[in-house]
This record gives sequence, C-alpha cells and structure tokens, in this order.
Amino acid sequence: MSLSAVPTVTAQAGGQPGVDWAWIERNAGYIGEQFVEHLLLTSIPVALGFVIASALGLAAVRWPVLYGPLLSVTGLLFTIPSLALFVLLIAFTGLTIWTAVIPLTVYTLLILLRNIVEGFRGVPAAVRDAATAMGFRGVRRILHVELPLALPVVFAGIRIATVTTIGLVTVSSLVGQGGLGQLFLDGFYRSFPTPLYVGLVLSVALAVTADLLLLALQRALTPWTRTVS
Amino acid sequence: MITFEQVTKRFPDGTTAVTELDLDVPEGEVVVLVGPSGCGKTTTLRMVNRMVEPTSGRLFVDGRDALRIAPHELRRGIGYVIQAGGLFPHRTVTDNITTVPRLLGWERERATRRARELMELVGLDAVVADRYPHQLSGGQQQRVGVARALAVDPPILLMDEPFGAVDPIVRARLQQEMLRLQAEVRKTIVFVTHDIDEAIAMGDRIAILNVGGVLEQFATPAELLAKPANAFVADFLGEERGLKRLSLRKVSEVTADPGPVVGADASAADAGRVAAEHGTDWVVVVDDDRHLVGWATVDELGDAARLGELDLQQPRLFVYAENSLRAALNAMVSSRVGVAVRLGPQGTYEGVVTHEILSAELLR
Repeated sequence: MSLSAVPTVTAQAGGQPGVDWAWIERNAGYIGEQFVEHLLLTSIPVALGFVIASALGLAAVRWPVLYGPLLSVTGLLFTIPSLALFVLLIAFTGLTIWTAVIPLTVYTLLILLRNIVEGFRGVPAAVRDAATAMGFRGVRRILHVELPLALPVVFAGIRIATVTTIGLVTVSSLVGQGGLGQLFLDGFYRSFPTPLYVGLVLSVALAVTADLLLLALQRALTPWTRTVS
Repeated sequence: MITFEQVTKRFPDGTTAVTELDLDVPEGEVVVLVGPSGCGKTTTLRMVNRMVEPTSGRLFVDGRDALRIAPHELRRGIGYVIQAGGLFPHRTVTDNITTVPRLLGWERERATRRARELMELVGLDAVVADRYPHQLSGGQQQRVGVARALAVDPPILLMDEPFGAVDPIVRARLQQEMLRLQAEVRKTIVFVTHDIDEAIAMGDRIAILNVGGVLEQFATPAELLAKPANAFVADFLGEERGLKRLSLRKVSEVTADPGPVVGADASAADAGRVAAEHGTDWVVVVDDDRHLVGWATVDELGDAARLGELDLQQPRLFVYAENSLRAALNAMVSSRVGVAVRLGPQGTYEGVVTHEILSAELLR
C-alpha cells in the first residue's frame, strides 16, 4: 500500500457530521483497495497462526506436559498491547507487511492452540478405544478419527481468531499498513467522518460475513453434526 | 484359543488389577468374565488385544505369543465391542462397519457389499445404512457395533459390557440375538459383564473374579450354580441359585409324569379310579387325538357319564419342550393343583411336570 494514494476531501464537507456519498463514489477504488488489503492482512495471519498452532497443538496432545507451558507463552504474548508490538517490530522489519503480519499471527495462537487441543481432547474415550482396538495408529488415526471429531471445536477457534484479527488489522494502519484502518485515520486526521463510517461498516460486514462463511464451511465438513436424530 | 499363564497386571499407582491369572478360553466358546467392580475383568479383557500390557506372565492368542505380535496386527484379528458400540459418530453405519476392511485396503465396493451382508446377519434394516450413529436407537447402535467387529471375520471377539447401555427389554433381546448369531458364527468370545444373570445367559463358561483380579472359580454355569467353590462365589451368585439353575435347564431334559389322564368318553367313576391310582383328587381329560380337553377335580364331576360333555377347567399356563424348568415352576405355582401341563408341538398332552421332578433334578 503506497501512501501517495491519499484521497481528496471536498472543502464543504470538512468537520460536518453525516455521510458524504459523493466522496464514497469518487474514492470507490481506494476503498476497494483498502478492503482487499484488509482481507489479506486477516487471512495471512490466521492461516499462518493455524499452521503454527496445529503443530504446537498436536505436540501438546501427544505430550500433555507441553500444554501448560505452551498456553502460558501464547497467553503472555496475547497480553502484549498490539500497538506496542507493531511499533517495536518496525525496528526489525521496517514498514513492510511483516510488521503487521507477525503480531497478528502471534495474537491468533492462544485462541487456535486452545481450541485445537480441547477439540482433540474432547474426542470420547470410547471412540479412542474403539479406534485403537481396530488397529488405527499414527497419521491415519489423526486424520480419520480424531481430526473429524475435533473439527467443530477447532472451527470455533478459527472463527474467533478471524473475527478478532479483522478488528486488530485496523490498528496496524498506524504502522503504515493498509486496510480499513486507513479510512479511520483519514477520517480522524481530516475531521471528516465519512471514511470512518465506511471503514466501520465494511469492517463489521467483513467480520460477520467471514464468520458465516466459516460456519458454512464447518457444516459442510462435518455433515454428521447437521442431521437431526 | 486364548491362554493366560500366570498373568499379573500392576498399574503404576501400585494397584494390582489382575493377580497371577491362569485362564484358558476354548475355541468357539463364550467365556464370561464377571465380578464386582475392581475385579480386573475389563483389564483382563483388554490384555487380550494388548490395549493393556501385562506386567508379567505369558499370553497366547491362537497358539502365538501375543506379546511378540505387533499390537495393531494382533488387533485386526480380534473384534472389539464396547458399550453403545463405541461407534464413530462422524461415520455412517456403512462406514463404521467397513472401518477395518478399509484399513486393510479392501476395495470400497467389496467392503460395502460385506457391510450389507453383516447388517442382515445382525438384523439391521438396510434403510439405516447411510445414517449416523446418533440417529439410531441404542439397540441398533449395539448391532452396528457387533457388525463392525465381525467385518473381517476375526476368530476372536472381545465384548466389554456390550449391552450395558440399553434398557432391560432390549438387552434381553440382544442377548438372545447374540446367542443365535454365535450359534452361526462360532467365534471365540470373551465377554465382560457385572451382571451375573447376563453371565449365566451368555456364557459357555464363567470366570468369577474377585477384587484384585483373583480368579475364584472357572466353570460352566450349571457347575457354578450346583457347586460354588467358596462363599464369595455363592454370595455373588445370589440367593436364587436354585431358580437360576432351573432357568438353565429345559423341560425337554426331564421326563414328564404321565399324570392322571382319562379319555373324553370316560365317566366320573372312571376318573375317580384313575385319580385314586395316582394319589390325586383331579384328572386331566384328553380327546382321541390326545388333545387337552381340560381338567377337573373329582368332586366336581358328580356322576357324569361322559366327561367330554362337561364344561372343564383350562390350565392358566402350559409348558413346551423348549421352555426352561423355571418357566415350568412358574406354571406350577400358577396352577391350582401345583403341576405344569406339558404340551407337544401340535398341542397334544404330553404329561405334567411336578415338584418332585424339579427337586430331583436340582439334587442330581
């Protein structure tokens, strides 16, 4: 996202409440870019976070002693104020996308790790026993028995992580990243509320849509939870 | 088929679940492990497929040292059924049943065909093939569990309280079906229960275990009930041992007393004579084909010339050759004259079962 693409503001609208529809029309392209940027800044950290949390989670399921320490570490990371972390990282990664992606990824870990581990732990003991007795082991056992049954809880984690990240991405605009947070900044610096409204509405709409899409995906992947007995 | 030699299991917390167990499960038989909680019956069962590893001792399965076979290979030759079947909630009935065939690399089509066969064998309607376990009744789930365990026709079945989650009526039916199925498939079955009546109903042999996995007695149900080895076993068998023994025997195993029987053409005087010969005050009346017409006390007959023309009494209950002696006892205590009338397949009169016959049978 280049900083040169600053939108124009009409003089008469400055400082006025209400929505300036003409501004929205003129800047539709710019708004679209921020929206796409926002999508990327959400999906990359959630995807990365999922990969890392899966590895940590499977390790914690395999070696339960790891779970406590892993929860403490990811929990501690979760408590670092986001703005502080973004600013700190500038020293290492500059104004690149990584400055936003790394903290956002870190923040997903606690939620994802917890739900992955709890999902696997929630597999009924009788089902585990039956799987063992039938000779299931290794990767096959995880893929065919444990993962499917853990999916609803894992998906609940992905949904929370996604919605949380969509909110957090707006903050990353402060360290020069794009996304709908740029619109907030525009509105703030110019005392011109329209971009702020647009950013807010789009951000909430994105969160709700993403949540519903993930729920639909979960249901498609877990058909046995849909049937009524 | 399965042999335990001095097998002991101690858990890391120091409890001993099984103590120097010697047990031999003969091929094609149902051996029931029964005892109070903490008697190590489930632990013993789970050692057979090495879901629990023995601390010491030797274990042979089908002539091979089970502790030297890779556990997953051992397990694929041993069907396993647990409460409510332990079904996979995320798999349809067909997919549950075909689990092991698919693990062994069968083609989908062959596995599905096998699933259909098995569903028929265990009495499952084909319409449930694509349902998920939670859409089935407890009894249906149990049947799927059994079908799944039988999928690759393993010679051994382990059943851990398989009927524990269903109501008593369904349980009795599943027990009967399991016995019918066993008569057909002749598996070597190790069956765990805490219910002595289930043990007596299901077992060819019963191993009674005490707390700490101490084997108190290993015998057929009849031997166990007739000669309990010690006070613990007698206590565990309960107060109604005599009744339980009767429930193991069939009416066909005892010789019925012909009883004071007269033809429909006989007179009241004839009836009085026959009753006196038998030391009773009642007679049974049959027609020319030996079908039961009814019964009456001698007093009621007056001076009738032909008994067949009277309005005679009917026994409340009858027994047939395949009924248990316990059913005969029930018919006796329901009868005003204290006998059970035995009928043949075509409803012909075959005699009466008396108290003396039952007592003599229990004293044998």
